[in-house]
Amino acid sequence: MDFQQTFFEIFQLPEAYHLDVDQLSSSYLELQKRIHPDNFSSATDTEKRHSLQWATHVNEAFTTLKSPLQRAIYMLEQRGLSIAHNPDLEPAFLMSQIELREELDDISETASEEIDAALSRLDGFKSSVKETLSSLEGSFAVQFDVELAAAEQTTYKMQFMNKLLVAADQLEEQLLDY
Amino acid sequence: MALLQITEPGQAVDPHQRKHAAGIDLGTTNSLIAAVRAGETDTLPDFGGAHLLPSVVRYHTDGSVTVGAKALESAKEDPLNTIVSVKRLMGRGLEDVDTLGDQMPYDFVTKDKKGMPDINVASGPVSPVEVSAEILRNLAHRGEATLAGPLDGVVITVPAYFDDAQRQATKDAATLAHLNVLRLLNEPTAAAVAYGLDSGTEGVIAVYDLGGGTFDISLLRLNRGVFEVLSTGGNSALGGDDFDRAVASWLLAASGIEGEISKGQFRGLMLEARAIKEALSDQASVKVDIDLDGLIVKSEITREIFDELVAPFVGDSIKACRRAVRDAGVGLEDIKHVVLVGGSTRVPTVRAKVASYFHTEPLSNIDPDRVVAIGAAIQANILVGNKSDDEVLLLDVLPLSLGLETMGGLVEKVITRNTAIPVAKAQEFTTYKDGQTAMLIHIVQGERELVSDCRSLAQFELRGIPPMVAGAAKIQVMFQVDADGILSVSAKELSTGVETHIEVKPSYGLTEDEITTMLKASFEYAEADVATRSLTEAKVDTQRVIDAVANAIALDGDRLLSQQERSSLNETLAEVQAIATNSERASEITAASERLAKASDEFASRRMDDSVRQALAGTSLDELSESIADAED
Repeated sequence: MDFQQTFFEIFQLPEAYHLDVDQLSSSYLELQKRIHPDNFSSATDTEKRHSLQWATHVNEAFTTLKSPLQRAIYMLEQRGLSIAHNPDLEPAFLMSQIELREELDDISETASEEIDAALSRLDGFKSSVKETLSSLEGSFAVQFDVELAAAEQTTYKMQFMNKLLVAADQLEEQLLDY
Repeated sequence: MALLQITEPGQAVDPHQRKHAAGIDLGTTNSLIAAVRAGETDTLPDFGGAHLLPSVVRYHTDGSVTVGAKALESAKEDPLNTIVSVKRLMGRGLEDVDTLGDQMPYDFVTKDKKGMPDINVASGPVSPVEVSAEILRNLAHRGEATLAGPLDGVVITVPAYFDDAQRQATKDAATLAHLNVLRLLNEPTAAAVAYGLDSGTEGVIAVYDLGGGTFDISLLRLNRGVFEVLSTGGNSALGGDDFDRAVASWLLAASGIEGEISKGQFRGLMLEARAIKEALSDQASVKVDIDLDGLIVKSEITREIFDELVAPFVGDSIKACRRAVRDAGVGLEDIKHVVLVGGSTRVPTVRAKVASYFHTEPLSNIDPDRVVAIGAAIQANILVGNKSDDEVLLLDVLPLSLGLETMGGLVEKVITRNTAIPVAKAQEFTTYKDGQTAMLIHIVQGERELVSDCRSLAQFELRGIPPMVAGAAKIQVMFQVDADGILSVSAKELSTGVETHIEVKPSYGLTEDEITTMLKASFEYAEADVATRSLTEAKVDTQRVIDAVANAIALDGDRLLSQQERSSLNETLAEVQAIATNSERASEITAASERLAKASDEFASRRMDDSVRQALAGTSLDELSESIADAED
């Protein structure tokens, strides 16, 4: 069993940030069809164990590659870079983060009066965060090949934007009274 | 459905080789068993022709047990010894039982107020796991009688929302009933299997499952024969019983009754409430005039009143749907079908609310009470090895996040909800005192931030850590969740490589020792059987290994084994077969089986690698043919 393969190799994908999500998904499904523990319900314990290990490994590889942020972190780690817990970021970016957080708070505060307006503002907020994220992903793809340090910075920014999206989702959940 | 089965010469399945498999829906109110027979899948009736087995067990003073409709009849006269809705107690603690209030009028006993409580019945204390095992045993007998042979394997369904403790308790019940569990299958997934195979649907399917005691919503995607669970949600304490209770309270209020009523009267009232609920599915109103041991309940209830009474519960279910749709990352417009499961979906207001939320008329052409058992039977038949075409693979997700208790009673999530399973995560810990050799780890399951708001799964004590200065030891704890959603844990000290000892204290489950004791107790019940049964079990288990290895050699021996390896493995195979056939000693047979497993280990590993290679080769070909097809379009 070869656990030394990179996650890209497992799915026979080129080692590049931009990937064909359909191909990733179909390779994933084909692999699971073969190795999933359900195929080994009546097999020996050894086969069951191998199957569990492989299916677990393939799930991890798939989950990592499917997420643009996890994929970026994984690629950096492959190059020997580990992600910092408290990264230094440009003051301008941090300022814009604070502003975005304030906007989110503002949406939350106005929600009690105009719930529909707040929800539609939140929709707008989320799509603009998503746009920023996709442009960061574009930058990462270019930077990764030419300037690793810049790619690392971009990854931190992606982390921030992702957290913002999670916060926006949580707010939406509150507003919709889950 | 195929009328004729056409088989290639030489590939004909020997009818004696065909294995007996069954699907079991272990429900809160009713349970069912189903099987595939002559290509048709259906639930199996008992001798009286009834398919539904009420999930009710009555214990008598002499230790004998009645299960099903007969036990249900006695619920009124003998409420303390007649256990209903035991599923609500599986993997649960006393504090959960307290929140169920009047619904559980039993005499609970716990050791030091912790863990899953036993129920004191006429014959002594019984665990909910034992009660469930009685139900499983009853169904298994029905299955064995109908299929004319012992069951080789079963698939048992559980609510998708069941946590680790509840799943483990279900598996333990199967162990006590001597059943070989091929897989625990989520109920909604089973329902989708029942529909998916029949209609060949592709796309996103929502399964809305409102049973007696649990509500589940699952979103699944069916793509190229793979069922992928996109998200699950629900409420493990919401169901038709809540409707009955709401009706019962309304009846008391409308009849001007206040104050305490007896347990027997309460039971009678609940049965009446359920009858009213069912009648209101096709009547506009129902008149009530009953006498429950002197308690006169007289009123009339209309469907409008009923709809209003149950609206909060239906509303809660729709909220859970909304969350599941969001978690799945799909839009409502992506949902092609909605499948209804569970008797409570017969209630018209439920159907109407579901249709209005999903903007589509839900499917219900398979009996909502039987659809889960039918799906489970289809899957059991595949997993036991009877069928090789039409295969469906079920990829499941973890229903609730797994986390660890950290400082200040907070939860650190280790594996988040809706992660594809099987999954493993390693977490590193260190010591905070010089020379510390043990450490306590508390695992919880749930979405909330405080430990007290989550469900305690287990406490793990790591012992045998080599003494070092504080912070020097690095203990890696590995959390592995298998395809059934059940967690196992192992630990290792990294700097020295010492495996640390783990003592598992399941918060609401049975320990290995308790299960062994219960198994022994069930053996004592029929003492003569003990030796025979363990010998038979050893033989059956070993034969399973022999068949698996022989089959593997036939398929891949040529390609993956050298001449010498092959003959050596064949030799071991023949030796083990001889022992399995002739030996009368269970221990000898088991040892031979282990020897064969060891001898075939390397071969198994090569087959797995080969499978992986072939899977990917297959993809490229499929894609090639697809892109050709696309070009031709």
